[in-house]
Amino acid sequence: MSLQRDEAPDDQQEIAITPSDSASPGGIPSAGTATPAVELRGITKRFPGVVANHDIDITVQRGTVHALMGENGASKSTLMKILYGMQKPDEGTIAINGEQVVFATPGDAIARGIGMVHQHFMLADNLTVWENIVLGSEKLYGIGAKAKAKIRELSDQYGLGVRPDELVEDLGVADRQRVEILKVLYRGARILILDEPTAVLVPQEVDALFDNLRELKAEGVTVIFISHKLHEVLSVADAISVIRRGTTVGDADPKVVTARQLAELMVGAELPSPESRESTVTDVEMLRVEGLRIAKPDAEGVERVVLDDISLRIHKGEILGIAGVEGNGQAELVEAIMGMLPLDAGTVTLDGADLTGTRTRARREAGIGYIPEDRHRHGLLLEAPLWENRILGHVTERPNSKGALLDPAGARADTQRIVEQYDVRTPGIEVTAASLSGGNQQKLIIGREMSHDPKLLIAAHPTRGVDVGAQAQIWEQIRSAQREGLAVLLISADLDELIGLSDTIRVIYRGALVADADPATVTAEDLGTAMTGAATGHIVSDTGTTGSDRVPPTDTADYVQAGE
Amino acid sequence: MTSPNPPAAQAADRPRKRQIDLERIGLGLAAPVLAVLLSVIIAGTLLAVSGRDPFGAFRIMWNYGTASDGQVAVLNKATVYYLAAAAAAFGFRMNLFNIGIEGQYKLAMMMAAFVGTQIDLPAFLQIPLLLIVAMFVGGLWASIAGVLKVYRGVSEVISTIMLNAIATAVIGVLLVPGILAPKTGGTTNSIQTAKISESSHFFSIETQGGTLWGFIVIAALVGVVFHFTLNRTRFGFDLRATGRSETAAKASGVNVKRMVITSIVVSGALAGLVGLPELMQNTPYFGQNVQVGLGFIGISVALLGRNTPIGIAFSALLFAFLDASGAQLPTRGDYPAEIIPVIQGTIVICVVVAYELVRRFGLKRQQQKVGAELAAQAAAAAAAQKEVAA
Repeated sequence: MSLQRDEAPDDQQEIAITPSDSASPGGIPSAGTATPAVELRGITKRFPGVVANHDIDITVQRGTVHALMGENGASKSTLMKILYGMQKPDEGTIAINGEQVVFATPGDAIARGIGMVHQHFMLADNLTVWENIVLGSEKLYGIGAKAKAKIRELSDQYGLGVRPDELVEDLGVADRQRVEILKVLYRGARILILDEPTAVLVPQEVDALFDNLRELKAEGVTVIFISHKLHEVLSVADAISVIRRGTTVGDADPKVVTARQLAELMVGAELPSPESRESTVTDVEMLRVEGLRIAKPDAEGVERVVLDDISLRIHKGEILGIAGVEGNGQAELVEAIMGMLPLDAGTVTLDGADLTGTRTRARREAGIGYIPEDRHRHGLLLEAPLWENRILGHVTERPNSKGALLDPAGARADTQRIVEQYDVRTPGIEVTAASLSGGNQQKLIIGREMSHDPKLLIAAHPTRGVDVGAQAQIWEQIRSAQREGLAVLLISADLDELIGLSDTIRVIYRGALVADADPATVTAEDLGTAMTGAATGHIVSDTGTTGSDRVPPTDTADYVQAGE
Repeated sequence: MTSPNPPAAQAADRPRKRQIDLERIGLGLAAPVLAVLLSVIIAGTLLAVSGRDPFGAFRIMWNYGTASDGQVAVLNKATVYYLAAAAAAFGFRMNLFNIGIEGQYKLAMMMAAFVGTQIDLPAFLQIPLLLIVAMFVGGLWASIAGVLKVYRGVSEVISTIMLNAIATAVIGVLLVPGILAPKTGGTTNSIQTAKISESSHFFSIETQGGTLWGFIVIAALVGVVFHFTLNRTRFGFDLRATGRSETAAKASGVNVKRMVITSIVVSGALAGLVGLPELMQNTPYFGQNVQVGLGFIGISVALLGRNTPIGIAFSALLFAFLDASGAQLPTRGDYPAEIIPVIQGTIVICVVVAYELVRRFGLKRQQQKVGAELAAQAAAAAAAQKEVAA
């Protein structure tokens, strides 16, 4: 397989890749005469949504880890739902082990040995591992000692290290994921679909998962691995298929292809190179949070401290990143600063004005922009047209209203401007927000929040569920606003994003800021350690940069650490 | 709620917009029309099964509805229904189920009647005074449910149902000789307030078909203000946003608690108006024989009218027509009047289901359309690119 460079501005870029058209038998380097485990040919799905699958061709060889990469949107998950029998393709064929099949329900897929581990685990917390695995498949090995023995046998065979008698609620995320994998294997799966399995894991856990996957592969199990994280895919996959705009644009050989080439293949254009940038951090304090504390009694009446004495400062032109495993108080911190949660103690000061006792609307008017973590719940009125969504959150401000009256004409005109300026792909501003794709919804939200000259932007997972192209745009928008003096509180589960964008990183663990790090020198691994609570204080990595193609900000040496 | 296009829409995309709107209107009308047809068929079948000629019954109703006396009766009834429906719809728009309109209007009517007997100002002061008293009492009674919901988490459905029962009891306690009713009972056995002063009477229009209540003007005014408030004010936007997604509204800065109390009070205040047409135009006192059930009719009318001022105007007319003409069925032919509640009930059930189906269909259809349009754009762009390359 030679490395070809096709300079034509065609959709079918070829970079160490075989072009995937239906005539070619699939681009796996080792493709020989063996029957492939999964063969998708010409899959087309007209789906109510923005992205429809069309002419998808994928060949997965038996006993390999095959990565499926692409924009985070309808296409990948829809394709996997088709393969798992949750949806029917409008056109195209599926062949499992050389045999043509038609799946009407996931049950049919399971009968063919296909199993799926969903991104969100489906386990009953108050049952043991063994009960969870047996649940629903009592007929296979009974529910007694025989079942337990089978679980132990599978666990040993694939090196999963699952203890059947433990309660699921006592398990961590990584262990739960292994239970999910074992659950699928228990049902006889030989083809495993993992939907973004690393999204919930810290780097160390990702490595452990990859060891498991290699073990599975060695035992002859075929793994289809959905991800959009380039480095992970390169480290674990034997073959890569890239999907863009709902169709396969090529197969790549992970031994030859580079992360950059893969990313370009996914985006369909040259990536904007991560240029080294001047520090824009000033010494003008924009946000000061002092001694924030929130304690809530839980179901048993025991008081649980959600935010524990949090103090932080963000200066004009500074991006403060908060690293942490989800559920350690990030959401509460954001809601506390937004005025959505009552505080037990502490103060919030923005640009010298004390906002502690004020409500959310006053805080927004004072200049806080908010990109919420869950845009469907907190950022949009899904069934309202785009221009009404443009008003949301800024109803008291121009151009949305004049006095107590709305100004629909002004809001419409400004929505049109946002749509053009922020590249929101939509046929018009009268369509509902629900009919846009995630990335376009997010671009609309960012455009809206940026349109009111915020002093502080709270960006919670700004690129979650957003395709690579939109991701780069969103980053650039945040950076350009930073250059103009915006202070940003960035919360992200994507450590590369966090390290790449932030000027300072703080680590949150169990509601407290336990560690801080300089993004210019810290590695994702060290950050991951701190996120599990294992390291505190100022984290210094010996290795310097991570060795990725990220160029650290140059000018942070003389920067005074925020906070204490 | 479909909002009208801006009058200054660009001429270029006017045809496309009109097309979309036509489809939207078609989708909006499909559900109620189908529901009405289906319920008429069911009612007709019921009549046929019981051995009566359904067409005869419908003919009686139709004849009554086309006669001028029938039309005036329908309009008067519709006025009352419209007010009740507006009260319900205001709450519905924020996902608040004010089941307590019943209690709110009865209490408000009683207090307005009492004030009307005690005070005798010139009409231009007296009538606004009674309107304000009724709205105040209705809003105050509703506010109990709002406060309970906000501070104690009590579902407004439960509390307003309970408050209906309590309102009945309160009326029983207050409407006794010596408190709200005159000490010396009249010639009748029924307990009622004294007659309200002449100046409290609302104007009416004499027509060929009888007396048309002037209160229809108030109902129309309520509709206009309702529409304007919801679609053209910040408050209305906050209210609709809260109704669509409470979490998003909260994040956007809406004070949801205050919003809940405000909107349930407004709903109660509108409910306070429901009894006034009867009091100020027909029977100038409040007594035990006051018409009950208007609150629940209002809820049905609001559901059918999709909580929009225009929609509930049509559904109020329909319900009023059914009720008024249904009353003719036993007298002008051997038909049970009970067939009317059957029709109304079927309409409401069908329409609730149908609206949900239409809503989902509409959303899906729009998603598909957007997808198709974007795909077409992308394809055009790709084609253009290929041309450049070639």
